Amino acid sequence: MNKILLVIQREYLTRIQKKSFWVASLLGPILITAIYAVPIWLATQDKEVKRIEILDESGLFQMSDLVDKEVEFKLVKKPVSDLKSSFTKEGYAAFVHLPKDLLTHSKDIKIYSEKNLSLPLKSSIERVIEKKVRAILMKDAGIASEVYEKTQIEVSSETITVSEKGDETSSSSGGAMILAGVMGMLLYVTLLLYGSQVMNGVIEEKSSRIIEVIISSIKPYQLMLGKILGVGMVGLTQFLLWIVLTIGLSQVASKFYSANPMQQKVEQIKKGDPEVAKKIEDASPMAEVTKVIESTNIPLMVGGFLFYFLFGYLLYSSLFAAIGSAVESAAEAQQFTFIVMLPIILAFIMAQFTLQDPDSPMAFWASMIPFTSPINMMVRLPYGVPMWELATSMILLVVGFLGCSWISARIYRVGILMYGKKITVKEMAKWLFYKG
Amino acid sequence: MILSIQQVVKRYADHTALAGVSLEIPKGQIFGLLGPNGAGKTSLIRIINQITAPDEGQVLFDGELLQPKHVEQIGYLPEERGLYKKMKVGDQLMYLAQLKGLSKAEAQSRLKDWFIRLDIKDWWYKPVDDLSKGMQQKTQFIATVVHEPKLLILDEPFSGFDPINANMLKDEILALKERGTTILFSTHRMESVEELCDSIALINHSQVVLTGEKEEVRNRFKQHAFEVSYSGELEESKAFDIISIAPEKNKAVIKLTEPNQTNKAIAALIKQVDLFEFKEVIPSFNDIFIQVVAETK
Repeated sequence: MNKILLVIQREYLTRIQKKSFWVASLLGPILITAIYAVPIWLATQDKEVKRIEILDESGLFQMSDLVDKEVEFKLVKKPVSDLKSSFTKEGYAAFVHLPKDLLTHSKDIKIYSEKNLSLPLKSSIERVIEKKVRAILMKDAGIASEVYEKTQIEVSSETITVSEKGDETSSSSGGAMILAGVMGMLLYVTLLLYGSQVMNGVIEEKSSRIIEVIISSIKPYQLMLGKILGVGMVGLTQFLLWIVLTIGLSQVASKFYSANPMQQKVEQIKKGDPEVAKKIEDASPMAEVTKVIESTNIPLMVGGFLFYFLFGYLLYSSLFAAIGSAVESAAEAQQFTFIVMLPIILAFIMAQFTLQDPDSPMAFWASMIPFTSPINMMVRLPYGVPMWELATSMILLVVGFLGCSWISARIYRVGILMYGKKITVKEMAKWLFYKG
Repeated sequence: MILSIQQVVKRYADHTALAGVSLEIPKGQIFGLLGPNGAGKTSLIRIINQITAPDEGQVLFDGELLQPKHVEQIGYLPEERGLYKKMKVGDQLMYLAQLKGLSKAEAQSRLKDWFIRLDIKDWWYKPVDDLSKGMQQKTQFIATVVHEPKLLILDEPFSGFDPINANMLKDEILALKERGTTILFSTHRMESVEELCDSIALINHSQVVLTGEKEEVRNRFKQHAFEVSYSGELEESKAFDIISIAPEKNKAVIKLTEPNQTNKAIAALIKQVDLFEFKEVIPSFNDIFIQVVAETK
């Protein structure tokens, strides 16, 4: 036991002393933070109001119709040729030419600009014009403008899960889907990543020929187990760093975000009018996140994730170790790694369907079979899974792990001492039955 | 006996590596394990190291049935040996020493002694990648002996050593023997057998075909041949046959017609010639090796 600890210690320390470990640990959270912080930052930064001239030959528009928070309009009456030459000099981003028969030829609007018009600006302009034209057409058709305003409603629904006992929890199907997708993806990436790290570690020991010295001190299965656990702990350390750093970075990012004037204005409004404040809060993305957190059984998710990562990793990494032991170089390993990677990839593809319909028979079986269950059960878990299914899946995974590690240990102990022989799958199968 | 190997059989899928091998290895000796490639030496060494288990038979270590606790009393330098390339020399040796059951403090102090002894103090923080081959060999040797094993197994220890390192290794082996370590020494190089070994065993085709103390084995293979130098005319007589003769150098090799009748031969010689030198031809282990391997084909 003491010796397994030594192996774990060596595997762990040599890996976390590598530069690449820290690069990945730091880069991950920076990327995650950047993915949502940069768009927010851009959105808050790019608030320069664009100025647009409008030449309205139809005479339908008044200044009061031309209101938009991102665009400042000005009605002008000049010949088109003059405008073409003057609009940039006077500091306008573009000028819009509305034809005389705008109501019947609504597609003959022309926008002149020096540079290519940005898509948001173009749609802002079109939105303003469209609103006015639609209002006029409605009025012509005999619909009062108040009626028109009233019909402009938005539908939004609240999803509620009801347990057998009748307890109601406000759920978020969108949030559950995101959570499920993220956890499935994370498991997929880490199973492949750390599994192949174990394999490369085994190949290193075999090709550098230190293996024979080591196994004259400890049993092959002790070495294999120590390596797998050591690398697994590196994985857990990386998760921990990712979580802590991501939370830290997002705190910094959100401070930065709340410091800007727009956000301050929102805060002021919130203080003044509780009803408005509630509306704003409901509309903000944070509300959705809060809802997900409230409706999610966090200990179950975290516990489930750790369990499925741990046993999924143990199962696959023992197979990766067996492959590493049978070959002499990473290049030679490729033909075999595919055999182990196939079920992981398959599990990931199945997870896409599980995500769409978490209660389908396929999703059920995918979350029961040990090779596909880590990813698929994690995808199902946020949607709610009956206890007996979860328990069965977990027991099957542990049994699967024990079976795989037994097979792997038998291949491993023969493989690590086998040099200069082209290994086939059939050959490996024979090793299972070799005596001590 | 430090090691008593009794009727050990090891079979692999397509061949038998050891077919009922029995050997007694006395304490405090340097014991040469000889044999051509593929004879079964490495299979036997792996069984002693408990890397593999025998299919039949048993091995006693110091009178006890071989068991996991004994790995801490055995040091093993395999023929194909390596180190973790990216690890620092000090860390690596600490790891290997602790795997052999030394405590951290003990490992550290013993390794420091070895680093001073072999004059490699400034290597501790060097990655193995930066070491020359000779330096790596020294490192591997330290890893093999740091836990002061009772039994040291060296598989072709001199392969790849330059003469200076080979000499250092030889001195260290002899020093270890002085301190009571038994050394099992597997090799092809007969000159190191002549030089170092007290006893030998020759394995061929999965079986022990020859074993015994070095001098005793040599005596067994004596041809009763003598090298003579003389002046005069040498002819064959009743007492001896001439095997080879170089009259211009006045030298010849003769063989007694009856074993152990040396005086008869000398008497016959001095009747014919003036005898300057009369010396028994001692068979080299090289000759013995080739002869026995050829006979047991």
